[in-house]
Amino acid sequence: MIDIAPPRSGLVRFERPSALNFLGYALGLVVIVWCLAGAGFSLDKVASAPPRFADFAQRAFPPNLEPQVLARLGWKMVETLQTAVAGAVIGVILSVPVALLAAKGLIAGPWVNQIVRTALSFIRAVPDIAWALVFVVAVGLGPFAGMLAIVIDTIGFCGRFFADDMEATDKGPAESLTATGARKLDVVACATIPGSLPAFISTSLFALEKAVRSSTILGLVGAGGIGIELKVGFDLFDYPTAMTVILMIAIVVIGIEQISGWARTRIIGEQR
Amino acid sequence: MSVRCIRTPATLSSITSSVTDLSLKERTVAPAPSKPTGAAFAPVSPVDIEARAVSKNFADTPIFSDVSFRLARGEATALVGANGTGKSTLLRCLMGLIPTTDGSVHLLGQQIDAATGRQMRGLRAQVGLVSQKHNLVPRLSVLSNVVHGMLGKHPGLRHWSHSLAPQSSRDAAMQALERVGLADYANRRADRLSGGQSQRVAIARAIVSAPKILFADEPCASLDPSAGEDVMELFFQLVRDEDVTVVFTSHNIAHALKYGDRVLGLAQGRIKLDATSASLDTADLRGLYD
Repeated sequence: MIDIAPPRSGLVRFERPSALNFLGYALGLVVIVWCLAGAGFSLDKVASAPPRFADFAQRAFPPNLEPQVLARLGWKMVETLQTAVAGAVIGVILSVPVALLAAKGLIAGPWVNQIVRTALSFIRAVPDIAWALVFVVAVGLGPFAGMLAIVIDTIGFCGRFFADDMEATDKGPAESLTATGARKLDVVACATIPGSLPAFISTSLFALEKAVRSSTILGLVGAGGIGIELKVGFDLFDYPTAMTVILMIAIVVIGIEQISGWARTRIIGEQR
Repeated sequence: MSVRCIRTPATLSSITSSVTDLSLKERTVAPAPSKPTGAAFAPVSPVDIEARAVSKNFADTPIFSDVSFRLARGEATALVGANGTGKSTLLRCLMGLIPTTDGSVHLLGQQIDAATGRQMRGLRAQVGLVSQKHNLVPRLSVLSNVVHGMLGKHPGLRHWSHSLAPQSSRDAAMQALERVGLADYANRRADRLSGGQSQRVAIARAIVSAPKILFADEPCASLDPSAGEDVMELFFQLVRDEDVTVVFTSHNIAHALKYGDRVLGLAQGRIKLDATSASLDTADLRGLYD
């Protein structure tokens, strides 16, 4: 005979939170409400937004598709992409030596690692648009300032991730070369970097996507590209042209993401 | 109390292991028979590797302690023991890849913990390593991987890739690949090889710079028995005639006895067995795994 124990009547489906947990939940709720207040959250504004948005949509559609406008915006978009690609490529190239100094246990000591990592954190902490403002002051208005902002932003992003990738790569090949008397630089060049290459490529493609997204708005602060057209469109209440800019940005960014995803699969997918 | 499982080596007069631990199963051991090629207590060969009271701890955990031995030139030594006894760690200490906690290691007559970085690289340029996981760079060609084996003797950009390497180095790498029977695979990517082929390439990389000492860390552990046998046969065929000193770790007792001139057994953090392979049988080594 099978002895089946009766269900324990004392079991509760949900346990009551402890006083400490309850205090934590309450505190979290207070913080959220405080943040909403700071952000000027207003139900009245939420309720009145749909008619205003509908009004904007009505005035923005159809977008401005006049040939001369499309040609002007098209060239601005080309300039935007040129700025993004040039900035991303230079940034990725410069990120490799920076990452070598930031990665632990490769060519530099712990002090250098820490200093370089702190500098990279600082670069990432400052938004790209703030870097663009700095470079507009330094080199004047135009796409060159935007490109420099993207270079710095890319170094902050790729420098950190390249360093992490190199630290995480398989140490076996490096150990085998070290055991044969190879210098640190030779070991890094022949084992660590080739071993990290798939991760480098993936990170670089993300950096390119990020650069394209950034370059579309850097024009708002005079750092070249199509962003200035967006600002002028809104400033002059030329909503159809502004809508054209928004749609062009969306198409280009989505296109770049698709190409980047395809390239990532093709290149990294080759690895067995 | 008596010393067990410690044989008087017939041909290896350089053995001075501090083998006094008595935990192995006691058995009476007859003196080791002489090797066919040499009389007992043959003249001392130059000592290539010497460990003096070496100890290694990871944090506060002792891995092994008071390990001492001398390995003569041209000697093949099998380092055996159960998992976690520190065979691979000892191998890395002998190469200076990780520091010892105590004691000293002498490689080719030089104390490695007193060597400068440059001296250490010079020493390692005379050493080759074959690892369990082959450790080839996956996306590079087989030939580039073998050319990398010369970086110790020829540092710099020209040996970063086979396409940059001087003709003499490419020839040497091709010759090494021919010796392991993989010359036809020179341009293939390393990650497109089978396990056995990868290990052969790793052997080619280890022998391409004609090292005086070869370390092999469980060279056939990741291979099937047939491929493992082939790799071991090839490895020892290549090094036996070259007067190369070999230290290899293995869990395969048959390999240790077949390919090692001498067997060092690690157990409970100590060298518990130090004897010529000719004087041992399988049962002697099984005691290390109990």
